[in-house]
Amino acid sequence: MKLALLADLHSNLAAVEACLSHAEAHGAEAHAFLGDLVGYGPEPDEVLDLVAGHAARGALVVGGNHDAAVVDGRTETMDRTAAAAVEWTRRRISERGRRFLAGLPLVARRDDALFVHASAAHPRAWIYVSDQLRAAESLAASDATWVFCGHVHVPALYHATTARHAAHFAPVPGIAIPVAPRRRWLAVVGSAGQPRDGDPAACYALFDAAAATLTFYRVPYDVRAAVAKVRAAGLPDRLALRLEHGK
Amino acid sequence: MVGGFRVGERLHAGGMGVLYAVSGRDPGFPLLMKVPRLGPGEPGEAVLTYEMEQTVLGALRGPHVPRLVAAGDVAEQPYLVMERVEGRSLKEWSDRAPLPAAEVARLGAAVATALHALHEQEAVHLDLKPSNVLLRPTGQAVLIDLGLAAHAHYPDLLAEELRRPIGSAPFISPEQVLGIRGDPRSDVFALGVILYELATGQLPFGAPTSPAGLRKRLFRDPVPPRALQPTVPPWLQEVVLRCLEPDARARYASAAQVAFDLVHPDQVALTERAGRLRRRAGLRELLRWLRAAGLEPTPPPRPTAQLSTAPILLAAIATSHGNEAQFEALREVVSRLLAQRGETRLACATVVRPAPELGGSAEEAASEQRIKHLVLLRHWAGPLRLPPGRVSFHVLEAADPAAAIVDYARVNHVDHVVIGAPPPDLPFKGLLGTIPTKVALEAPCTVSIVRPRGGR
Repeated sequence: MKLALLADLHSNLAAVEACLSHAEAHGAEAHAFLGDLVGYGPEPDEVLDLVAGHAARGALVVGGNHDAAVVDGRTETMDRTAAAAVEWTRRRISERGRRFLAGLPLVARRDDALFVHASAAHPRAWIYVSDQLRAAESLAASDATWVFCGHVHVPALYHATTARHAAHFAPVPGIAIPVAPRRRWLAVVGSAGQPRDGDPAACYALFDAAAATLTFYRVPYDVRAAVAKVRAAGLPDRLALRLEHGK
Repeated sequence: MVGGFRVGERLHAGGMGVLYAVSGRDPGFPLLMKVPRLGPGEPGEAVLTYEMEQTVLGALRGPHVPRLVAAGDVAEQPYLVMERVEGRSLKEWSDRAPLPAAEVARLGAAVATALHALHEQEAVHLDLKPSNVLLRPTGQAVLIDLGLAAHAHYPDLLAEELRRPIGSAPFISPEQVLGIRGDPRSDVFALGVILYELATGQLPFGAPTSPAGLRKRLFRDPVPPRALQPTVPPWLQEVVLRCLEPDARARYASAAQVAFDLVHPDQVALTERAGRLRRRAGLRELLRWLRAAGLEPTPPPRPTAQLSTAPILLAAIATSHGNEAQFEALREVVSRLLAQRGETRLACATVVRPAPELGGSAEEAASEQRIKHLVLLRHWAGPLRLPPGRVSFHVLEAADPAAAIVDYARVNHVDHVVIGAPPPDLPFKGLLGTIPTKVALEAPCTVSIVRPRGGR
């Protein structure tokens, strides 16, 4: 079974659609959405309808910090741009969309895999798993063989070492990496809707459970059109620049 | 029977595993099975190196590594079935060292060629030593035992597990001693140790058994080979000591460049290294620099990223046809390509017909012809103002110029051939093909065909 993993979609419909059709062409049979479905981008309802449709067909969905902030309006831990985008989203989002977000769990588990937006150690604290220490903490919080998360917007793969440390690896797009269950793995799947590693192409990962491999992909999409939509929506210009440059 | 293979005689029992001859499937070549030692009391290292070897070998192609045929599940019955390479171990040669310079160069070039093939595929061997090199009857080298290798496409399972330096003490590079894995220039260092041993019969850093002994190579030069073996020519000492520079940046930037120098001893640019008869002092500074840098193992560049800083460029210059506009256009393109990359090597070559016997000494005529064309090549390259180590000149004698250029490019791991376009008025070129089009079709690398402005 091939499972497509998308995180940090951020109301960027074209980027999400590009990832989903790429995944379909590569044999994805199931989907997991790892939070931050909304925020930053101009198409919250469109993206949520798409995700809810997959959820109805069995996809896993967990909530992220932007999703929670859109539901409860609490933005005090966010920077000004993020908070402004949350306010914008709260004004625009449909009641249907809001209810979908309000019903999202923070953690999901299926067989030997755990799905969470940020760190599994404290899912609600929105800790960035951006170094080996944080990765080791998140791995230690469960007994799952594979932990899949987002939040960082930069793809990474960690594995637990015998000393309970975590080793970091920067994945190369398109290479199927063996992630055999004889050790434990944590993957930050990168961001579909707002990459921040200098490559503006949408990012997602495909997990092949039977072969025990994980492949990270970069999918080019019409970034210029997405940038124009951000500007047309009156969202902060910084968010348009971020999409354009991928950082 | 294991995994559908009939297990035959035991071929070898080493520290990490046991090798058996196997049969059962017929891939068209003989097979062996490598079974790691995983029993109680055995080091966990054996599992890690088994997994790394499976991953790296599975990702590599070509004649310079054994072909992987099958692998058992590590959780149930770990084994690797691979090509049983028919060849002799380089250990047979190193045991007979010191060897004549020509033989050292031949063996070294074969190993460098195999290393370059690995590096081009994003892998670094990191455990290169004579017993891990097999030589096929054709002279081609095969690198075996990739359990300590690193591959830029896959997570390094060993880096975080083993806090002590891993590899074979006499051969590992200073950066490996510091725990840095993945730099292709680490293999260039190990190649230097092999060349040193083949040329002198001795190991440049001995076989230290303590961490302090290992660290000595960070700041202590080896005794120059010529001090031990006066018959070692200066060019070979130059190559060996450049491979053994403690700072990776001072070594050859690629194994292909080592192979190039070993194949063309007359083109090796001799520096102070070539004449050295005693150790250099003052290397402590390097150690201080390394300490100041915090010894933080920074990830080295991907092997191909490192190689891309050091391509070999071949300028094919038709010195027999004095076409100044063509020469100028070629120089402009070459100079643009040289400007992009730090350590590009430029090989300037021309092809001349074998000297006909015109009475007198044929030998003399050939030599005169060679010198005349060398002068023309040097004249062509003069305005590029390249330092001696970056440029070389070659007069190839052949009846078929295109074949000679393609062959040269293949043997010398050339990354890019730059060649002049045929003149527009050449008759029958559509029918017969031209030298540049033949080169473009058959060369193993990128080919640029250069046309002077307004030349059409």
